[in-house]
Amino acid sequence: MQYLVSVIDDKSNPGSTDRRPAISAFNERLVAEGYWVFAGGLADPDAATVIDNRGEQAVFSDGPFVESKEYLAGVWVWEAPDLDVALKLATEASKICDRKIEVRPFL
Amino acid sequence: MSDVEEAITRAHHAEWARVVAALTRRFGDLDIAEEAAAEAFATAVERWPTDGVPPNPGAWLTTTANHKAIDRIRREKKRDDKHKEARMVYGDDSLEPLGAIDGAIEDERLRLIFTCCHPALAMQTRVALTLRMVGGLTVPEIARAFLAAETTVGQRITRAKAKIKAAHIPYRVPSVEDLPARVSGVLAVLFLVFNEGYLATGPDTDPVRHDLTTEAIRLTRLIRALLPDDGEVAGLLALMLLTEARRTARISASGELIPLDEQDRGAWDAALIAEGHRLVRERLAAAATGVAPGRYQILAAINAVHTSAHDMCDTDWSQVLALYDQLVRLDPSPIIALNRAIAVAELDGPEVALADVDRLEHGLAGYHAYHAARADLLRRLGRDQESRAAYDKAIDFAGNTAETAHLIRRRDRLR
Repeated sequence: MQYLVSVIDDKSNPGSTDRRPAISAFNERLVAEGYWVFAGGLADPDAATVIDNRGEQAVFSDGPFVESKEYLAGVWVWEAPDLDVALKLATEASKICDRKIEVRPFL
Repeated sequence: MSDVEEAITRAHHAEWARVVAALTRRFGDLDIAEEAAAEAFATAVERWPTDGVPPNPGAWLTTTANHKAIDRIRREKKRDDKHKEARMVYGDDSLEPLGAIDGAIEDERLRLIFTCCHPALAMQTRVALTLRMVGGLTVPEIARAFLAAETTVGQRITRAKAKIKAAHIPYRVPSVEDLPARVSGVLAVLFLVFNEGYLATGPDTDPVRHDLTTEAIRLTRLIRALLPDDGEVAGLLALMLLTEARRTARISASGELIPLDEQDRGAWDAALIAEGHRLVRERLAAAATGVAPGRYQILAAINAVHTSAHDMCDTDWSQVLALYDQLVRLDPSPIIALNRAIAVAELDGPEVALADVDRLEHGLAGYHAYHAARADLLRRLGRDQESRAAYDKAIDFAGNTAETAHLIRRRDRLR
């Protein structure tokens, strides 16, 4: 079972910026314990571009698809046997990243 | 009710959770389990009157539900899942008859409870799901228990089942280290199940559903056996026992609710009261060492005060009020405030209490007990016309037949 694990930051109340070493150590543990599939930090949502090519011609718009105070700061993909395991890891991840975490199953 | 109808009702109360739990285990899908269980009971309603009640209704229902589930899986052509297919073909009649292995069944139902009470589900969802899957209540019954719309409850259950499946919420009893955190959610659910049994909401059901109160007590005992040091588990069990002890004294021969002040206290179950008091004393001893009691322990203590009194006048109302004050600090819900006001009436008179009750209108305008409490206080103040109007509203909102009968009698005694 794979889960998309989103790290959520808050523009008005951002998490601390010194978490990188702790996150690296956590990632190593995820790899060692067989949960790690993918991890990546994301640039600021302002750097995003939305493309809509459903109509006559493609329309590019500058910025994220939804403007909000809270935004996606990074993602993991974890392989875990069930939600309990994923939630336990996510509980740790939230502390380590100093940010909220969303766990969402892949289909 | 005919003998067959009674047998079906009995089987529903006794076997529903077992059938759902067994099917969930086997097919790994709550939705299939629920639907198949419901179909099996519908088939029983159809067939038992002509075929007779089978010698082992539980086994009959489980087998029938299994066939229904397999039919559904075949219909939906879920043949891509080889594992399921194999079990479908080879596992058909190999299921052990339920009742053969008692210990395992207890765990099976616990498994179902912990899954339905999973923390990744919203609290209201856990309650609704547990009442449906474990308690076997219908969606309309659950809607009444929550003061919610049927469609809302139906959607909540559907979404919950979809989430359990999509997110792989496991079907198991949590590990020892996770257990305490998972228990409080389960207790909230069991308390609601107990209340549904204690004061059944449906106009078409018995006013007191002994099966539900018994079930809630049984499951709470089971959790107490797993967590003997958890104060709230002990508190909830004590609360249930002290409430259950008054069950037979609460309903008259004509099916009318008898309020506390009119109950024959000699008819209370002394053994249950003794057990409840023992648990409350155990928690008082723990509180004396500095462990702050939670809401169930406080509610149990309030019930211990009531069950220690020989009559209404003998009740230590100041103790009751002090406990309610403690409870309000933990849980500022309007329903707790309403019950506190009833104790205020005994200490400071109905006028003071009525002012307290009237302040709760915003949150409780659709709640029968709010109108019943107002009606009673207005009656005691001699404001008969207003009392009558409040009784009318209480009767409109009350779903419990015994309560309705009691409210009608009280209203009709007004001049």
